[in-house]
Amino acid sequence: MIVTQENKTGHLANVDAAGHVTGRSIYVDDVPLMEGTLFAKIFDSKIAHGKITHFDSSEAENVEGIVRIFSAKDIPGANEIGGIIHDEPLLADGVVTFQGQPILLIVAENEDAAEDAMKLIKVEYESLPVITDPKEAFQQGQLLCKSRVFSKGNADEAFANCKYIFEGEAETGGQEHLYLETHGAYAYPVEHGGIRIVSSTQGLRHVQETVAHVLRVGMHAIEVDVTRLGGGFGGKEDQAAMWASIAALAAYHLSRPVKCIPHRMEDMRMSGKRNPYKSDYKIGLDEQYNILAYQAIYFQNGGAAADLSPAILERTLFHGTNSYNIPHIHLTAHSCKTNLPPNTAFRGFGGPQGMFVIEAAIDHAAKALGIETATIQRRNMMDDGTEFAYGQIVDQCEAKNCWDEAEVRFNVNALREEIAAFNASNDLVKKGIALMPICFGISFTNTMMNQARALVHVYWDGSVSVSTGAVEMGQGVNTKMLQVAAQCFGISAKRIKLETTNTTRVANTSPSAASATADLNGKAVINACKQITDRLTQLAKTFFNTAEDAEITIVDEMLFINGVQQKDSWNDLVRLAFQQRINLSAKGHYATPVINFDKTIEKGHPFAYHVYGTAITTTTVDCLRGTYEIDAVHVVHDFGSSMNKNIDLGQCEGGIVQGIGWMTIEEVVYSAEGKLLSNALSTYKVPDIYSVPKELNIHFLHTEGHELAILKSKAVGEPPLMYGIGAYFAIRNAILAFNPNAGIPYSAPITPEKVLMALYSKA
Amino acid sequence: MLQFILNNQHIITELAAGSTVLDFVRYHKMLKGTKIGCREGDCGACTLLVGDFEKDQLVYRSVTSCLMPLGNAQGKHIVSVEGINMEALSPVQQALVETNGTQCGFCTLGFVMSFTGFVLTSKQHTYEQAIAAVDGNICRCTGYKSIERSAKIICDQLSAKPVTQTMPWLVENKFLPPYFASIEARLRTLRNNLVAGPSTNGLAPKMPLGGGTDLIVQKPLVVKRSPVELLLDASHLKTIAIIDNECHIGASVTVTEFVESPIIQQALPEVNKFIKLVSSTPIRNMATLAGNIINASPIGDMSIFFLALDASLVLRDAGNARTVKLKEFYKGYKQLDKQTTEQIETIIFQMPAAGVAFNFEKVCKRMYLDIASVNSACSISLTNNRVSTIHLSAGGVAPFPKYLFNTCAYLQGKEITTNVLKHAIEIMNDEIAPISDVRGTEAYKRFLLRQLLLAHLQQCTPAPNAIKQVLFA
Repeated sequence: MIVTQENKTGHLANVDAAGHVTGRSIYVDDVPLMEGTLFAKIFDSKIAHGKITHFDSSEAENVEGIVRIFSAKDIPGANEIGGIIHDEPLLADGVVTFQGQPILLIVAENEDAAEDAMKLIKVEYESLPVITDPKEAFQQGQLLCKSRVFSKGNADEAFANCKYIFEGEAETGGQEHLYLETHGAYAYPVEHGGIRIVSSTQGLRHVQETVAHVLRVGMHAIEVDVTRLGGGFGGKEDQAAMWASIAALAAYHLSRPVKCIPHRMEDMRMSGKRNPYKSDYKIGLDEQYNILAYQAIYFQNGGAAADLSPAILERTLFHGTNSYNIPHIHLTAHSCKTNLPPNTAFRGFGGPQGMFVIEAAIDHAAKALGIETATIQRRNMMDDGTEFAYGQIVDQCEAKNCWDEAEVRFNVNALREEIAAFNASNDLVKKGIALMPICFGISFTNTMMNQARALVHVYWDGSVSVSTGAVEMGQGVNTKMLQVAAQCFGISAKRIKLETTNTTRVANTSPSAASATADLNGKAVINACKQITDRLTQLAKTFFNTAEDAEITIVDEMLFINGVQQKDSWNDLVRLAFQQRINLSAKGHYATPVINFDKTIEKGHPFAYHVYGTAITTTTVDCLRGTYEIDAVHVVHDFGSSMNKNIDLGQCEGGIVQGIGWMTIEEVVYSAEGKLLSNALSTYKVPDIYSVPKELNIHFLHTEGHELAILKSKAVGEPPLMYGIGAYFAIRNAILAFNPNAGIPYSAPITPEKVLMALYSKA
Repeated sequence: MLQFILNNQHIITELAAGSTVLDFVRYHKMLKGTKIGCREGDCGACTLLVGDFEKDQLVYRSVTSCLMPLGNAQGKHIVSVEGINMEALSPVQQALVETNGTQCGFCTLGFVMSFTGFVLTSKQHTYEQAIAAVDGNICRCTGYKSIERSAKIICDQLSAKPVTQTMPWLVENKFLPPYFASIEARLRTLRNNLVAGPSTNGLAPKMPLGGGTDLIVQKPLVVKRSPVELLLDASHLKTIAIIDNECHIGASVTVTEFVESPIIQQALPEVNKFIKLVSSTPIRNMATLAGNIINASPIGDMSIFFLALDASLVLRDAGNARTVKLKEFYKGYKQLDKQTTEQIETIIFQMPAAGVAFNFEKVCKRMYLDIASVNSACSISLTNNRVSTIHLSAGGVAPFPKYLFNTCAYLQGKEITTNVLKHAIEIMNDEIAPISDVRGTEAYKRFLLRQLLLAHLQQCTPAPNAIKQVLFA
């Protein structure tokens, strides 16, 4: 067995960083154009619901440079791109169900011609009623999938024993992914009727199978290649398939390369966002403020097609009780069909939406009881042995450890006193504070998806090529994969190259999502590397004539036998292996053990492990103007045993700011007619450098880590986003410091408009 | 025909003056380091540097190249990341790598260019200025904290930078490749050889084009295909001067040139604070004052600004010129007291007298780099506790930038008491007509304008009691 002594907590800088800062990294639109490349533009629906009674594209077809205009009838296979449920057409056929729905595909010699043609297309619609509100959709029986119920104990009975019961509504808005690189695909015909697609996607398999389905060819005919994404955040998980299918459809018919990259405004209006939710909650406590029962009904705004909403709905249920130990739980979730673009995955995947509701319920109870919200939060915090509503038993719990460490390390009591003193001496500026614990389950909740593969080649000069199913989108997974391989082989990371993600090298990939990419693909890399190192070990024993139990290691590329350095290097051993005709390539496979989930009873052990943490957020509200600033976010986070503190810190900071954005200034606005009003960067505002917390302290809680995490370094992509929920409550508390009678609905984002109106409201 | 230097290359091109520098760089010169994020100047992924002579000094400023007309590159030095790449990473690039200031990398080039622009400025290199340099750059991955750490490192490394003769120092310390040292001389030669006057396309009427920051957002294809009259660098429209105690500002003065002018700094000592609320550094580097006024957007920040300075416009139509009060210039939504052949030549306002206080307020979803829900400006002076001068303007509450005639008339001569204030607010409410849209509901905009009026008075007058009486009523 070969192991390395290399310090695994080292912090190899992001391997892509030098490419990024010099502009040499390649994204879809940077791929050099092939001769004869055509450009595709989508003509999309101008209304949110209706029948297409007539369309005429003849004038558009005559525009110079237009090659062809395609409609649904030109699709050789299925006009269908839905992943979980087959309910979404690629091109609308007779009926449109959301504004921005693709109807026609314009292919031109250049984008300007396509733009000109777009204006000449005439479509007549017969309008049908538009629903944008999930509760209204529910009342009309418009559901995307079967509703789900998670329950534990008997909530109904338990409420009868509660001293205090509080009921209310909570609401969270959508969130535009705003990956800096828009969607995009570049498709070109290859031999034997195949299509090769360079795509900006997190989910290669879905793109591959969707295109195959649309073109009625085998998946083997479709090759998908991804170098990297300019951000994904869930938006390019299933939704990349539409853009890839569009480009592939045109390439298929025209036998020419076709590029389809939308303008930002097209991307924004045609693509789905984080699911908005409306929820009803009921919380019951005993005299000591123990939560005895919790009930919630979630109305998810799914949009016009299922997309990933059914899976997102499930994760809302999984995280409905956040970090709390509640004996009696009853959670119901409805995925409601509305006339909005199909909503989709977004970092947290329904988890944040569920957590907001329980935090609102607890805050509601605390305010009504006149106690600190934190009192109820801490008192009911989960521990080893706590049973989730879905049956999994908590172990290696760090919830209280994170909370208590945060309280001490960042001196919450002193912060509270400072804020009270500030508020006492300022009448037009107020501060607020809130604590936000998180508990986030790691694994795809669809057990099948928890598998990955890696292909490792050791070239005979000792350099190494690694292919995995992981997509690099800024989260640093390539760097982590490289670290894993370097550690397995005992060689420098410089000797290893991470290849593009490609369906011909690694097949049947799960999307890079659910925070699980590094765990799954990293374990597959370990498996592949181990196959090779086992062969090399055996070779070394034979060649150097050692005892069978001799310890063979490579450290810093030098061979050691029983701890004694030899004159031979990694290179020598590799060369020798090749001469001995030993296989220097391996395909590794990994499937997460232990996990299972039975949907028929909604019970099981769906998560490999959980990630914990607590954030303390402080804010300042300008009570004259209704504007606010986030003063500080102090976090104690359970990274396990972080394998790369630089990358993990970056994920944590970025997630928090994205979560704060969702809770504060990021407001997805649709008109009653279903038209996206926040349709550009000028009307949809993500945090800029001035709107982030002035202070952001992240303490790495020292924990053992988990065996099922890669090198015991816990998944970090999604969990920190939910710390952002603390910003909502801290702002809310500042408003209450100004106006204790303010009526403030539990409705996020808490925009400056909502703040100002609340400051001067009379509940 | 356009001539300029792109990185280290002399460019001569016949491409349309109204096409964008971004498309030229990416799709004609195949320099793919510059990215396309939004094509409306709101993300900064396409940030480039533009070197141009200001008072005979070569000065570099950041621009969002998606909105920069190619014609405005004439005689200038355009720098993309490929133009600053050297064998080793520059200290700016190195700082971003070291701090993990780049994740997905798509916005990164914008940060690299904005920080490099900061390095190139001759001003002091404070941390605040470094952050201000990237105020137009959006990053969706990092949460900016690592970028803040980069800014600190960059500032530290600039502490030894000399005040003059900076270029040799920057080259020697590997911030820039050596060819930068030759650019000034090469640009002077290039400019001397330029054919005088912009190129003509026969007698067809031309589209007047300034910084491009609005027209290219609204109708890029039309601008690209139209013969354009380039106004940004028209030297007769670039001056700021005091004439007879009036400040005369040329129509093509950019927002940056405006705020940096010593005359403006003297007239409006707090102008930096106000202008920080207006768009972003690269947009301010491009956008002209007249463009903001002529655009007539109901929430145009500079229109609101000048309305409260009671500015006038000189409109010129060939040999004829006339003066119109800005507050009488707007007639309806995008309707102006202006003939199509007239152009703004000069913006004039009276230098504020001693005792006149000026304030500008703007509230939007995001405090910076956003469009106002409501903005408002105020000039006010009190004599014996009574209002002796007052000009109030408000944006986002009417179909055009609104001068609050009735409110001003009512307040004139009054002492600011609680009752006066309450009455003024009623009058103000009667003369505005906000509509609900993506930037806020009608009720919010009405209430917000009330708050901003109170904010003006809080900033400009000693009337805290009346304000609080109204607030806490």
